Amino acid sequence: MADTAQLKYTYSLRLGDNAWILSHRLSELCSNGPFLEEDLALTNLALDLIGRAQGFLKYAAELEEKGRTADDLAYRRNERQYYNNLLVEMPNGDFATTIARQLYISVFEYYFFTALQNSKDETFAGLSAKTIKEVKYHMAHAADWVVRLGDGTEESHAKMQQALNELWMYTGELFEMDSVDEALMAEGIAVDLAALRPLWESHIRKVMEEATLEMPEGGYMQTGSRQGIHTEHLGHMLGEMQYLQRAYPDAKW
Amino acid sequence: MATDSQLDIWEVFIQSRNGSHHTHAGSVHASDRKMALQNARDIYTRRGEGSSIWVVPANAIVASNPDEADMFFDPADDKVYRHPTFYVMPEGAKQI
Repeated sequence: MADTAQLKYTYSLRLGDNAWILSHRLSELCSNGPFLEEDLALTNLALDLIGRAQGFLKYAAELEEKGRTADDLAYRRNERQYYNNLLVEMPNGDFATTIARQLYISVFEYYFFTALQNSKDETFAGLSAKTIKEVKYHMAHAADWVVRLGDGTEESHAKMQQALNELWMYTGELFEMDSVDEALMAEGIAVDLAALRPLWESHIRKVMEEATLEMPEGGYMQTGSRQGIHTEHLGHMLGEMQYLQRAYPDAKW
Repeated sequence: MATDSQLDIWEVFIQSRNGSHHTHAGSVHASDRKMALQNARDIYTRRGEGSSIWVVPANAIVASNPDEADMFFDPADDKVYRHPTFYVMPEGAKQI
């Protein structure tokens, strides 16, 4: 692979992994949602994310030129070879935790894909234009729930605040950049994450104010996913997600 | 009888394409109008079924009383002259 293709492979893999892992988390809620309509809403988000993952993993496989498919990348890598942000692998927890995760990630993705639409790489730009429509809905869904629960009863307010506080330490990583980002930024392909941070923060702050919640501030930020270092949760999740492909390679139905 | 603990009921009306009328599609549970609209979207239009959605609180709908069905509907049964079937259909008209 030429240098740029190698960098774009890594970049596409990261975006694919974020969508793929979050999709699996949301799909775990199928038949476990708080009520029928919300169960469908959450799994509907999961289906949007599968489509997005397919797009980015397929592109990664093409860039790699090793004859692997999107499915190979999805199901045949080990934990340390996944590059999704830690935030999206966090377990669903209670409903407030699921919603807090959705708020943090979907607001980030909204600004991220808005910027990536202008990428000089046509595939990234094209996939982003499609993604942005879906993400707008994900963001509205999450923000509406945060306001409902935050500005709801004493108990829902407390649970929502606690969930937002607990996941806060995984938000710093969303804006981390390494040599891959920097090299691709220089070519007009990648997004400047540092520039997104103030947009993300003020958006989150606005939602929290409307929800009468307090925005968590600073504190320790967990990191690692850019090097493939994950929380304890990812391995367990992959165990379930990859079981069929590992036990019966190339299984078809 | 168990009471419904799952929020309020909203009736959902879907317009399948511009210009056609909204048709009753079913109902959803929701606590407010935004949630009602989102739930209706997620349940009834996921496969491209619609271009517009109305949601209406079920308790805002005034329904006829089944006990009064004879008073409401029976008188229409034997008034065949209320149907415009005594006219010749203009050529080319699909319905009048």
